Amino acid sequence: MVEINTLPRLLPSGDSAITVEYSRDIDDGANRSVLSLDRALARAPIAGVIEAVPTYRSLLVHYDPVQIDYDSLSQRLLALARSPAEASPSTRRWRIPVAYGGEHGADLEDVAKSLNTTPDDIVARHVAGNYRVAMIGFTPGWSYLSGLDKSLHMPRRQNPRLLTPAGTISIGGVQTGVQCLAGPSGWHLLGRTPVRTYQLHRDPTFLLEPGDYVTFSQIDARSFAEQDRAAEAGKIIAELVA
Amino acid sequence: MPKLVIASIGPASSVQDGGRPGSQRYGLTPSGAMDRLALAAANTLVGNAPFAAAIEVGPFGAAFIARGGSVRVALSGAQRSADIAKRPVAVDSSMTLADGETLTLGFARNGSFSYLAIEGGISGEPMFGSLSVNARAGLGSPYPRPLQAGDELQAAPASGAPERRIELPDVPDAPIRIVFGPQDDEFSDEAKALFLASDWKISATSDRMGYRLEGPVIRHLHGHNIVSDGTVNGSIQVPGNGQPIVLMPDRGTSGGYPKIATVITADFGRFAQISAGRSFRFKALSIAEAQAEAKKFADLVRTLPDRLRADGAEFNIEALADANVAGHAVSAVDAGTWHPYAWTESEQAP
Repeated sequence: MVEINTLPRLLPSGDSAITVEYSRDIDDGANRSVLSLDRALARAPIAGVIEAVPTYRSLLVHYDPVQIDYDSLSQRLLALARSPAEASPSTRRWRIPVAYGGEHGADLEDVAKSLNTTPDDIVARHVAGNYRVAMIGFTPGWSYLSGLDKSLHMPRRQNPRLLTPAGTISIGGVQTGVQCLAGPSGWHLLGRTPVRTYQLHRDPTFLLEPGDYVTFSQIDARSFAEQDRAAEAGKIIAELVA
Repeated sequence: MPKLVIASIGPASSVQDGGRPGSQRYGLTPSGAMDRLALAAANTLVGNAPFAAAIEVGPFGAAFIARGGSVRVALSGAQRSADIAKRPVAVDSSMTLADGETLTLGFARNGSFSYLAIEGGISGEPMFGSLSVNARAGLGSPYPRPLQAGDELQAAPASGAPERRIELPDVPDAPIRIVFGPQDDEFSDEAKALFLASDWKISATSDRMGYRLEGPVIRHLHGHNIVSDGTVNGSIQVPGNGQPIVLMPDRGTSGGYPKIATVITADFGRFAQISAGRSFRFKALSIAEAQAEAKKFADLVRTLPDRLRADGAEFNIEALADANVAGHAVSAVDAGTWHPYAWTESEQAP
């Protein structure tokens, strides 16, 4: 475990960004430190900082080198990292409906076979999980969740698919993910959600925040179709649960 | 109101401005012009803010017609032939299209991207503060996709201001400067030395997400899989085959390959303009040196109005001779190999 106040390594990402690295690995403690520093920076903005991008293990801080130089910003970031950890704000917990298997989850059967079990058992293990949004990246709304049951950890596909459907729920490595837009992926496709984690002209445009908690609930194909239409019309399908 | 009608245009052409930073934490890439200096030069020529939206024209030819009145525009960026109703005009100049006249651009001869700024800017609804096209996310104004023949851009009536040219500093035929990191410790000193000492070429399978480099194999010390972290414009990631990919403005906001180095801000546009097949080298700077260059670059953009000269496109014999010296030579990139997104995106996928 990484202590919350373990000091990060500062690495240059060119002349206009600093990578504040807490770990080289996927590490829940490091991710909490990243999100804590992200909140601290939001609360005490530093002139010249343009935006911060939290990931599993590091916070990427984009800045304007005309306004602040690398050394000064490094010192300010280290001082923030040394300050007491920011308590997580209201922890939101989302329930996200998923239609598993069949046309919605092309790899469910294969995943079950490779783990010597049934598709229903894989779904039960996936639905039982209590996940946290560790980061959002790659394309809009692509949410990487930590907390995947160890029995479901598996390497990426040998050949990544060039196109996977919008709303895909998949597993890869030690993670599970909620993908918003259609696009390439090397993960194993378990199902699809009608939830749009990114939807233009909806308030909020982005549904999930790094640090939010997520659980999944199973729905059938018919509910998927109904909820998909409602979501397309701008309704928020994901439920906030206590 | 007059408008500029796209009569013909090649792939990799879209409306771009300074981009939309601020939502990378949600996976939304900033997009924006590949060559910000050229964008700023074109805008400055017609009195727009430096990073206002303009038409980014890819390596192929294009033609634009003024309809409903005269339209004043300016062209900067890649070297290519240009004419209005068969009268040659020069790059780095403003020009006015009378109602019904056509501006025709040839293939890029040196460089890949040109910027056509319209006096008064491009009208459209900003999305996250930007008109830049990001087709994957459905963003961009007035069209959330690359431009196509038949598209129309509303324009302000031409002001009748005297035409200008802009004197830009010569583009040096010098190495592209980088700062090592953030994951240069994933590479041996020998690998880093090889990276600096080698000639590189840009693969034809490059796009606005990333430029693939061809050269010697750069080996990793500990394998090519790292846990994803954030990316910037100019991140040089090294996938399993050891052939680096330089991330461009439509990059994924995070990536899982070690990044050996980052192209400096001041050289990013010059790098973006290197034609496929042309060879170049990298040179390492310290962060302090790179930041000094970034400040000089910001000063250059800020002082572009001081570089305006009175004689415009149609009266500058020297510039004309320069612009037309090589005729319609074809860019090393061709329509068959320019695949927007398909290759690079799969490389960055989860």
